[in-house]
Amino acid sequence: MPLEIIPILALLLVVLGVVGAIYLLTYLLGPRRPGDVKLSPYESGKEPIGDARIRFPIRFYLIAMLFVLFDIELVFFYPWAVVYRKLLSAGSFILIEMVIFIALLLIGYVYAWKRGALQWD
Amino acid sequence: MVPLPYYLTLAAVLFVIGVIGVLIRRNALVIFMSIELMLNAANLTFVAFAQEWRALDGQIFVFFIMTVAAAEVAVGLAVIISLFRLRKTVHVDDIHLLRG
Amino acid sequence: MTFTQPTIDLTAVSPLLALLATAIFLLLLPLFFRSAGRALLAFVAVIGLLISGVCLFRIPVVPISGFDRLLLLDPLAIAVHGALLLAALLTLLISLNRVEDEYLNYGEYFSLLLFSLIGMMIVTSTWNLLVLFLGLELFSIALYTLAGIRKMRADSVEASLKYLLLGAFASGFLLYGMALLYGASGTLQLNEMMLGIEADASTLALIYAGVILLFIGLAFKAALVPFHMWTPDVYEGSATPVSAFMSTATKAAAFIVLIRLLAHSELAIRFPWPQLLIVLAVLTMTVGNLLAIHQKNVKRMLAYSSISHAGYLLVGLTAASSSGDQAVLFYLFVYTAMNIGAFGVLSHMGVSNADERVDFESYRGMGYRSPFAALCLAVFMFSLSGLPPFSGFIGKLYLFSAAVEKGYVALVVIAVLNSVASVYYYMRLVVNLYMRDPAEELSLPRANAGLKAALFIALLLTVLWGIYPSLLTDLLAGISRPLP
Repeated sequence: MPLEIIPILALLLVVLGVVGAIYLLTYLLGPRRPGDVKLSPYESGKEPIGDARIRFPIRFYLIAMLFVLFDIELVFFYPWAVVYRKLLSAGSFILIEMVIFIALLLIGYVYAWKRGALQWD
Repeated sequence: MVPLPYYLTLAAVLFVIGVIGVLIRRNALVIFMSIELMLNAANLTFVAFAQEWRALDGQIFVFFIMTVAAAEVAVGLAVIISLFRLRKTVHVDDIHLLRG
Repeated sequence: MTFTQPTIDLTAVSPLLALLATAIFLLLLPLFFRSAGRALLAFVAVIGLLISGVCLFRIPVVPISGFDRLLLLDPLAIAVHGALLLAALLTLLISLNRVEDEYLNYGEYFSLLLFSLIGMMIVTSTWNLLVLFLGLELFSIALYTLAGIRKMRADSVEASLKYLLLGAFASGFLLYGMALLYGASGTLQLNEMMLGIEADASTLALIYAGVILLFIGLAFKAALVPFHMWTPDVYEGSATPVSAFMSTATKAAAFIVLIRLLAHSELAIRFPWPQLLIVLAVLTMTVGNLLAIHQKNVKRMLAYSSISHAGYLLVGLTAASSSGDQAVLFYLFVYTAMNIGAFGVLSHMGVSNADERVDFESYRGMGYRSPFAALCLAVFMFSLSGLPPFSGFIGKLYLFSAAVEKGYVALVVIAVLNSVASVYYYMRLVVNLYMRDPAEELSLPRANAGLKAALFIALLLTVLWGIYPSLLTDLLAGISRPLP
């Protein structure tokens, strides 16, 4: 175990050293002209307005939840895609399987759509 | 290659952290995150053992755990949001989780 | 890598496919036809359940294990599918009376009910850990949602959140247990786990830990005693029909999986199952009964009583024999009929105006105002407390005699004592029903046809199985250990 870890430890030391050195150098060499503008949060060059921690419409949660659900289903496509070409020779079973899977996903999509979950207002 | 016991130890530690998190934290969202940690400990164990047995079924299992966890979280967030609308809190103490 | 296409046996999954089609149809129907009312949706759901039941009858009794061993339909699975379908049918009918929320989307409600039924049927008919997990989560997630279906009521949503947090916590244990078992054996088939592995100390440790964690996850679903804390709050907060379904169907599903787990982990490991089960059975019965006695709220009383019934079922499980398994199945059928019936009467009587009438006092005089429902409730209470000639008595008799056959006499004595103690709180409700009510006459809403049908079916089965138990025992005779 110890031998294998040595390169990682070396890398870690180098990284820490470089980062520390950069901080130290800017501290020592950089000019300091403090001001109000520099302390304000960066908002694309505009004047900051209000606190960032405000409540935002509940619609975002709904969209986020739907996104998570449909997004994670993609995970089943990857193994399928990897073996698709190889298994197609054994018959169209693998294709039919995925058609059924997508059809079931579509039912969920149609439900969300008709229920108005995708409408913004 | 990293030997199997390392993975298993890490997974066990993650699992225990998750369990402790569920037991001592009082914010529903943090409890959720702790539960996710427990599930991911199981995931790591599955992947490590799948590697050890040179079998795929353990890895397939992980895909399913991930999707099911997503479904659980979606339902959970929906419930937390509707409870927050009614009660204005996400602290489980306020909702008497274990009234017995 | 060679690829062999798994055998696809559509007759074996036809009950599931029928339910799936119905559930999707119910989900989409109200979105395309807004005029589809509660009665039409319920009609569709009942048709789906009946088709599924017919398909179930057509499955041959020889064990099928299709789909590359992912599916297993042995007599145990088919029998419990029957009980689950009965539970869903009765729940559906009593939901027609009211689910106590005018904003409810009945298409979603029935659809979720069917989805959880599908999950329960999947979980009871497999040896494969992955399928087991998927079935378990399918019915759990559907039930989490069902518990919070009255989304305008804080207590309902609270119940949902409690159930969900603790349920997901239990799932974590279950999954970690599955991962350890997989690691010890290299297979996901529960019944093949002990074949061809040399049981050295480290493997045994993994298996022990895995089995215990898996057991904890299942004990949570079955509401056994150290893991029962969620039960009363969730049952109280959920709509009454949902509580009825949770208390019966979830129990059935969890107990079948427990039977499968115990039946096969005994094979190779010297795990002290009998001792563990005895301790749990005694704890579950006693704690359930003691807490039930103190309740003022009838729904909470039924929740604690359902815990104590899980304890009686554990007595049958301790026997670890064919007759024990048959007794567990018999009791699950009987419990489904009488408990859903009792919750059905509650959902009828317990609601006046917008308030739920839930404490014992508010049932005074109901025997004169709503005679049929009160009669049903009285019969269900007699049956739940295990008094002859009702089926609850026969069920307990089978459970306890299976345990006595194996020599667990002390356990059975404790169980009988518990059963006697439970008579007190069940009878308290019956006495209240037939006491003259000094207060003003409250008019009950008329019971609707669905509720009447459900009560009639439940009453009929509770009485019939008590007098002619062979009607049911003949159906269960095929269940035997060792399981296929």
